[in-house]
Amino acid sequence: MLLSSRSELRTLLIFAAVVLMMPIWLLPLGAAYPDLLQKFAIFGIFVIGYNLFFGLTGYLSFGHATFLGVGSYAAVWCFKLLTVNVLPAIVFGILVSGFFAAVIGFICLRRSGIYFSILTLALAQMCYSLAYSVLTPITNGETSLQMEAHDARLLDSWIAPHVGDGLPITHLFGIPMSGYPGFYFCAVILIISFWFSIRIFNSPFGLQLRAIKSNQERMQYSGYNTRIYLFSAFLISGMYAGLAGSLMAAIDPLAGAERMQWTASGEVVLMTILGGVGTLIGPMLGVGVIKYFENIFSSYNHDALLESFSFLPQPLAEALTFVVSPFVGEGWHLTLGILFMLVVIFLPGGIMEGVDRIRARFSRHKQPQQTEQTT
Amino acid sequence: MKKQQYTRRELLKGGGAMAGALAMPSFFVRDAWAAEFRNNPTKSGKVVFGFNVPQTGAYADEGADELRAYKLAIKHINGEGDGGMINTMKPLSLKGNGVNGQKVSFVTGDTQTKADAARASAKRMIEKDGVIMFSGGSSSGVAIAVQSLAQEMGVVFMCGLTHSNDTTGKDKRRYGFRHFFNTHMSGAALGPVLEQMGNDRRAYHLTADYTWGWSQEGSIKDVSEGLGWDTVSAVRTPLGAGDFSQYITPVLDSGADVLILNHYGKDMVNSLTQAVQFGLRDKQVNGRPFEIVVPLYSRLMAQGAGKNIKGIYGTTNWNWSLKDEGSQAFVKSFGQEYGFPPSQAAHTCYVQAVLYANACQEVGTFYPPEVIKQLEGFKFDGMGNGPTEYRADDHQCFKDVLVVRGNENPTSQFDLLEVVEVVPRKQVEYKASIFGGELGPYEV
Repeated sequence: MLLSSRSELRTLLIFAAVVLMMPIWLLPLGAAYPDLLQKFAIFGIFVIGYNLFFGLTGYLSFGHATFLGVGSYAAVWCFKLLTVNVLPAIVFGILVSGFFAAVIGFICLRRSGIYFSILTLALAQMCYSLAYSVLTPITNGETSLQMEAHDARLLDSWIAPHVGDGLPITHLFGIPMSGYPGFYFCAVILIISFWFSIRIFNSPFGLQLRAIKSNQERMQYSGYNTRIYLFSAFLISGMYAGLAGSLMAAIDPLAGAERMQWTASGEVVLMTILGGVGTLIGPMLGVGVIKYFENIFSSYNHDALLESFSFLPQPLAEALTFVVSPFVGEGWHLTLGILFMLVVIFLPGGIMEGVDRIRARFSRHKQPQQTEQTT
Repeated sequence: MKKQQYTRRELLKGGGAMAGALAMPSFFVRDAWAAEFRNNPTKSGKVVFGFNVPQTGAYADEGADELRAYKLAIKHINGEGDGGMINTMKPLSLKGNGVNGQKVSFVTGDTQTKADAARASAKRMIEKDGVIMFSGGSSSGVAIAVQSLAQEMGVVFMCGLTHSNDTTGKDKRRYGFRHFFNTHMSGAALGPVLEQMGNDRRAYHLTADYTWGWSQEGSIKDVSEGLGWDTVSAVRTPLGAGDFSQYITPVLDSGADVLILNHYGKDMVNSLTQAVQFGLRDKQVNGRPFEIVVPLYSRLMAQGAGKNIKGIYGTTNWNWSLKDEGSQAFVKSFGQEYGFPPSQAAHTCYVQAVLYANACQEVGTFYPPEVIKQLEGFKFDGMGNGPTEYRADDHQCFKDVLVVRGNENPTSQFDLLEVVEVVPRKQVEYKASIFGGELGPYEV
């Protein structure tokens, strides 16, 4: 059903405003530059798709980075062979990763629980090895697949041959996909993806997936073939990952095998759990936190810290720098680990649980409100 | 489902907000277009260098040493400290007061030895911190990925430690420069050493299964087969394998009498240690002593492999035990600052930062095409490698290559490699055209 209820539309509008305004409200945090904004939007799409499967069905997939990588490779090949317009590349990326999701889902969904997780992990690691060192004519191995000057680009050379001796840049009908235009393009796709995910969350299909999570046997006894529902959800979430992967290639035409490594699959699990599994917004908060740590915290070195504490008296600033510096710069993993631990211990429902608790405290005296976002 | 109804007023409000949000990019982008080139220091009032090194992961040791060297280079460029190799470099334009009258500052980032992370970090430096040049890297895959980004963004990249031929071969870029040597030069330099072992040797390769490993294997094969050697087998090992015993056992029965380890970092430490433990070094095959060759050596790896490196041959870009004026000055100021001698990674990164600064000072601007033209074909001396030239055709530095051997009687924990031979530049030189690739345009 394509029509949305009023509350859904309100959520969507607020979401769209927040996403499109990111260049403004992220400015004080030092995160308002195109590359990081693009990453927020793209990993937002990735994690929305992941949450559609993991959050609703409770099946923990450890191999979703495969689809991200496959989407990227497909998109770069489309740039190389057909055209540097991003639309065909995105469609192609979604289709190819959808195919991979179908094959992997068909195999892995024969098992559930830990066996499912291990199967996805094994297949993903196999795909990674293939990309890294076996299928190097297709993937270019460790060096990453890139566009080259002598690529065919059949469609482009047929319509209007590229002039000049530099590489052509990826574009959407003439709008270059680097910098802020690239971010706004990704942001619009993120908003559409978000809307699609609200529709799934609130649809009968979403309800059936939740029923699988709570008690799969009961579903089967009621006459449902649960595997078909699981398979569809896996396919959709794999295609989301493919979309994210092809967008990554669109803003930056390069595809490397490490995008498919198990650590990348683990990262999306972390993002989802950190933000709140099965909530609409939570996983995207997880993306924000992790990408912010990776890009901003890792860049604070000793001198930068001293400078930011320079408003304090000299000895105090140096003492503070001494205390803080192990947790930033190369120690950003440590801080992230501590944060993750704290969230999992005190807020098992992720950041969203914290938000809900605060909201509940403030509205204690009011009428109890219906919250429809959290499961 | 109920259909949405909006009043005209609501629609106008919403539309206005949307239009404002969509017009956002123009507020930010306008300045970028007005600038003559990206991150122009005379406009922004600050000269910032970006140092993008692996701070976590397998090459973190190298990354840490590179960062130390960069900090030292910034000090010396700004006229602090004892000046290091700036005192010995010829020709020199730097005056010890920064570059073009402005003091240089720097930002750092973590590449994680991953192309994506390295590019994200480099983009952060370019888009947020406004760097005019960035440098670093401890892996060829990362260097190549970041170098193409440099070309797209129009910001010069001075490669750190990257040894694959592709960096200045088929993947070379106008905005990328490499001071470090490559696998082809390693192979050519090892030629005479291999020849001394005999003309009818049988070689067995163990190769790290990625671009650099293949590049290294190919270069050694070219040289050794040219000498009349026989390649018994070339086995690919997965990167980061940890245990190499299953790959080393077959070597014993293969009839080979030379083992070439195309490994780097922890892989080399592990495979070499196990090869020695399996007794390969003490064996006699075909009536001759069994030899092991590690084409790319570094002191940090030698430290990891301990006494197992004794008597094993390899090549290196630079070693702190060199006696020329430049090397001595660098070792002295690095030692004073940090208390131990620098590695070859530190050396190449220091030189790269100074070379870039010097080129900007020479042309009196930071405008990349001018700086690039100054660096192309630049000849210099006194930087630890003797007379050196940045070849204009592929942005590869040409200089003498060191053939080293694991020291039999080390006098200190750092005295691990002894320089056996300084192979002159003309012996390792090759035509730029053999690897293909195009540099691309000056203006982007």
